Formats: sequence, structure tokens, C-alpha cells
Amino acid sequence: MNAGMAAPLLAVDGLTVRFKLPQGWVTAVDKVAFSIQPGEIVGIVGESGSGKSQILLSIMGLLASNGRASGSVRFRGNEILNRPADELDGIRGSTLSMIFQDPMTSLNPYMRVSQQLTEVLTTHQGMSETQAFNTATAMLDRVRIPDARRRIGLYPHEFSGGMRQRVMIAMALLCRPALLLADEPTTALDVTVQAQILELIAELGRDLGTSVAIVTHDLGVIARLCDRVIVLYGGRIMEEGKVDDIFHDTRHPYTGGLLAATPRLDAATHGELVTIPGQPRAAMGDLPGCPFAPRCALKADICTAEMPPIVTGPSGHRLACHLREVRS
Amino acid sequence: MSETLLKVDHLKVHFPMRATHLFGGQGAPVRAVDGVSLDLKAGETLGIVGESGCGKTTLGRAILRLIEPTDGRVLWMGQDLLGLGAGHLREARRHMQIIFQDPLASLDPRMSVETIIGKPLRIFHPELSRKQVRERVLETMQQVGLAPSMANRFPHEFSGGQCQRIGIARAIILKPKLIVCDEPVSALDVSIQAQIINLLMQIQRDLGLSLLFISHNLAVVRHISHRVMVLYLGKVMEIADRDDLYARPLHPYTEALISAVPIADPRTERGRERLLLEGDLPSPINPPSGCRFQSRCPRATEICGQAEPPLVGYGKNHLAACHHIQVQD
Ligand SMILES: Nc1ncnc2c1ncn2[C@@H]1O[C@H](COP(=O)(O)OP(=O)(O)OP(=O)(O)O)[C@@H](O)[C@H]1O
Ligand SMILES: [Mg+2]
Repeated sequence: MNAGMAAPLLAVDGLTVRFKLPQGWVTAVDKVAFSIQPGEIVGIVGESGSGKSQILLSIMGLLASNGRASGSVRFRGNEILNRPADELDGIRGSTLSMIFQDPMTSLNPYMRVSQQLTEVLTTHQGMSETQAFNTATAMLDRVRIPDARRRIGLYPHEFSGGMRQRVMIAMALLCRPALLLADEPTTALDVTVQAQILELIAELGRDLGTSVAIVTHDLGVIARLCDRVIVLYGGRIMEEGKVDDIFHDTRHPYTGGLLAATPRLDAATHGELVTIPGQPRAAMGDLPGCPFAPRCALKADICTAEMPPIVTGPSGHRLACHLREVRS
Repeated sequence: MSETLLKVDHLKVHFPMRATHLFGGQGAPVRAVDGVSLDLKAGETLGIVGESGCGKTTLGRAILRLIEPTDGRVLWMGQDLLGLGAGHLREARRHMQIIFQDPLASLDPRMSVETIIGKPLRIFHPELSRKQVRERVLETMQQVGLAPSMANRFPHEFSGGQCQRIGIARAIILKPKLIVCDEPVSALDVSIQAQIINLLMQIQRDLGLSLLFISHNLAVVRHISHRVMVLYLGKVMEIADRDDLYARPLHPYTEALISAVPIADPRTERGRERLLLEGDLPSPINPPSGCRFQSRCPRATEICGQAEPPLVGYGKNHLAACHHIQVQD
């Protein structure tokens, strides 16, 4: 795909996620392919229901019980999609970690933070209790929890929202994962705290060489943090490329619509915001055509008849649109 | 845009703390809103921004007396709302409506859309016939971009954006003078958010409405407001005309808030200077002494812990509460 690049850390190909409902199967993620290079921060952006979370969850082997994933997910060359739980346990927590919008998804409310953090290290890394305690405290320091030596003895609910988010990040990073999957890690936070956490993620990427895949619906977060961005609509990749290309040489009408609809702090404030008509599309039965076609201003006959193939340009830009040219 | 519609004077809302097993006895009250003053002219939009726990929602509700204020005055067209008995309050309230953050939760699931939107009309105009009410409902639905053919459906059949349109239709059917909008677009996707913002601005123009627009989203508030007020732990930090506030924030908290908002432009982001605050928001139960922002403020000195800075005017319509304001030129 990206000729001339190093071997990817993560290579996702033909990833499809379907859910069984009483009325039949619905497709939430549809033949998605992308890769992540070592040290890269990649953003996945899209509106509610576009399949962002399901992509991350299927990589982690954490789909809901009525969900099925197919396709391929290779991590360092090894297939990890739909691997048995015990095999995945070894990968999760040691080389692949995930953080969530709600930190209580990964923290146990009844256990002291110290115990939760050291347990990861003693089981995954075979450390002694003392070693684990010191490493855990150092990591809390690293994510800038003030007075970490004392606070490590507290329970999760004794931390404020932003601090709890830091504890979860610390826990995810304890085993120095090569790849961190982050699902809306700052959406529930206040904007001044979000700024701290984004700074922290960027810094960890730089200092520890951790690759990050971050899911968000906020194009501002992508612009601040990411090297590359994947734009998702209706479970499909619409466009993917370097952030500068996607934001400043936007090709897909959906990406353009999202950018135009976002009020900006630095733009003129006169007049109306540009809107995308209609409603975002949630998981669906199989339909031909581009999922964005019903809301697309450029729509032509072919758009509802055939799904456009995703085309990769020489610059690495990828685009799925019948009516626009991929960037050369 | 001249007549003052609403004047709020040193409004306070203090919630008594229930005794908990941790701190026995009656604790100090939570000062959710602690001496807020503002005024609003006809046709004007005042944006109210701030982070969680700053008292935005409580302020909006206390102004409508959906929450009883502890102290202060709310003058509605010269009349003190806080002294009004139930009958007069009800009469005043027909001019003041509210729309909420969670569009679906604010609609009664057992009522049809027509019933929901028509309810205020049936309450305040019992003389209208069913047919007349129905006509007004369908007209209002059209005004907010809902197909009149949907009138007999129920809220759960609608998307978040459509539910917010239903909430707006219900709010404007009496042709009110003021709508308090409490995070009306925060639960919506970007593309739908833009539709609702445009709708609110258009309705405001058409009906000459005043809006109190409460939101944590600084970019949305900037887009829709004429003036903006910044709250922190129940206190006004700064209030100014929109362009003035965003271009020349005087208060360090306003400055930090603006700097924290990511802009959807990677080149701009790389070039931006960032003012990162330390720590989290303190709890409103036990705010810092002196200036409430002191514990996170990059400019804080000794005096900030000792004395609370008053709101002081700096030029036209621009007030800020800080001991260390550096005014250029
Ligand atoms: N257990 C499930 N059963 C059926 N459908 C599901 C299930 N989990 C998710 N889906 C559907 O899959 C689609 C994609 O969901 P996903 O959670 O990935 O969206 P998302 O892009 O993360 O959205 P959000 O921004 O709201 O978090 C949605 O339409 C959702 O309703
Ligand atoms: Mg999600």
C-alpha cells in the first residue's frame, strides 16, 4: 500500500464487523483497510455510528457477543484477528493497549490503584512486588499525577475525572506497548483538561516511541495531535492521508462537509454554517453504492449504484469517491 | 436591540450539602452560582461558557426560577421575578422558554410530536379550538424544518437532531421573548450541530428573540453570540462583546480556555502558542480562597489567595475580575 515504507506495525485488511440482530445481520464496519507505522499517531474520525469504536474493539478482540469480525489484522506480521482469548491476553496489555472515553471501563472501582497497576506488571512482566510498585509509581509520575507515591494507594473514585484518565493512561502504558488504541479519550473531559491529556499523549508518542490510533469526532483533536487521518462514514473509509493533505487539499465531499460544518475559533463568524443535509447513517443492511451518497451534494447516478473503490495516489493519499480525483 | 429585557443582579444559588458518612453534620453549602449579574437586550444573544461545575446550568434555571435562587434579583422587563406569586410567575414564563442538552430525554415518550409541541399553546390559550392548535403546530413544525407529516409520530422514532427540532418547536410556539438554551447542540454530531445552530440563528432573526446560550464549546458560542460571559466556579471571570473577548481576552482563565480549544487546521495548530493550565478544576464545594481561579492560575501571587478580585471595567462593555490584568495601549 504505502510503497517504500517500513514494515507496518499494524496492518488491517478487509476488516468487516457485523452484528446479529433479531431482524438479521447489520454491517457496522465494511472492508476497512489501513496500516500504522511505528511511532505514528493516526486519527480515525467520523460521526456517531460510523464504526470507529468497533474497529478498535475488533482489533482488541473485545467485540460484543453478537458481533463477528472477518478480514485480517496483522500485528508485527502476525495475524491477531479472532485469536483465542488466552493468546490475545498475552498481546493485550503487553504490546497492544486500549484506553476508553470512560476510565472506569478499565479500572476496577473496588481495588486500590496500586494493586491494579502492579498486577499488570507482575503478571505480564514477571516483576517482583517492589519492582512493580516502583515502576507503577514512576509511570504515575510520568503522566503527571502530583504526589504519586501517596496517591497510588487511593481508589479510582478518589481521583478527579482528569486524574482518573491519567491513571488509565498510565495503566495502558505500563508494559510499554508498541501500539496504544485510544477511543475518544478526551471527549468527556473539560477543555483545559483535554489540552493536558492531548499534550501527554503526544509526548508519550515522542518519548516512548509508542504508536497511537486515536478515535474522535473532533477534527480539532486530529489537527492538534495526528500525523495521518482516516475519515470514516457508514463503516467505510472515505478518505485517508497526511493531516496537511486532508485538511488543506480536501478531496472527499464528506471530509469537506465536516470541515465546513465545524465552527472555528479563528474563522470569520458571519452568516450561516455550511451544513450536510440529512442524518448520519448507522449500521445497515447491505446496500449498493457509496454510503454518503444520500447526503452528498455532488451525487451522480453511479454513486447510488456502485460503491467507489478506494484508490491510492502516489503520495499515499487514499480516496473512495467516483467524482473526485485522488491526490497525485 | 436597545430595550433591556432581562437584568440579573447578584444572583446566588447555594445548595445545602447533605451530611455524608465522610463529613458528618451539615457541611458548607455548594455555591453553584455566587453573585452573578448580567443584562440582556431584546434580540441579543449572550453566550455563557465555562467548564463542568462552573454553574452554567444552575444559572440558566435560576433565571427562569426552575431552581429557587438563594439571593439576588431577576428583573424581567422591570418586574422582579423572585417576588412573584405562582399565578404571575406563570404569566411571565410564557415569554421565557428553555431547551435542553439531551433532546430525547426532554420529550415525553408517550406523547405524539403534535401533542408535545402543542402543549404550551393548550395551556396558555385554552380558548383555541383543536383545529386551531393543530394548525399552529404544523406551521411551527415547518418553521423548524420538520415535515408536518411526522406530527403523529413519537419521540423515539426521531434522531437526536430531529428531537432537538421538536424541542425548539415547543419552545417557540408561544412566540416567547427569551429562550434559555442549555447545551442545545452538545449531544449532536458535527453536521447536525451546524443545522441546529443555523436554525436557532434564523429563528432568532425572524422572531426577534433573545437567547441565553449556555455551552462549554467556545467555538459554537463564538459563532452564535453577541456578547459572552465566562464563568468559573460560580463567578463571572470576564464578560465582553464577542469579538473583543476572543481577540483580547483579559482574564488568564479566558485566555487558557481559548488556547485549549483545538482548531481544525494542522498548520494553525503547529504555530499556536499554548497556555496549559495545571491540575483539574477544584470542587465547587470547597473553592480556593481569594480568587477562585488562583489554584490553577499562571499569574497568581500572594494577593490572589487573600482578596477576591472585583469585576472591573476595561473599555466598552468589557469587564474582568483579576488582580493582574495587563492592559496594553
Ligand atoms: N452489540 C451491537 N449490536 C448491534 N449493533 C451494534 C452493536 N454494537 C455496535 N453496533 C452498531 O455498529 C455501528 C457502529 O458503532 P460504533 O460503536 O463503532 O460507532 P462509533 O463510530 O464509535 O460511534 P460513536 O461516535 O457514537 O461512539 C452502530 O450503528 C452501532 O449501532
Ligand atoms: Mg464510539
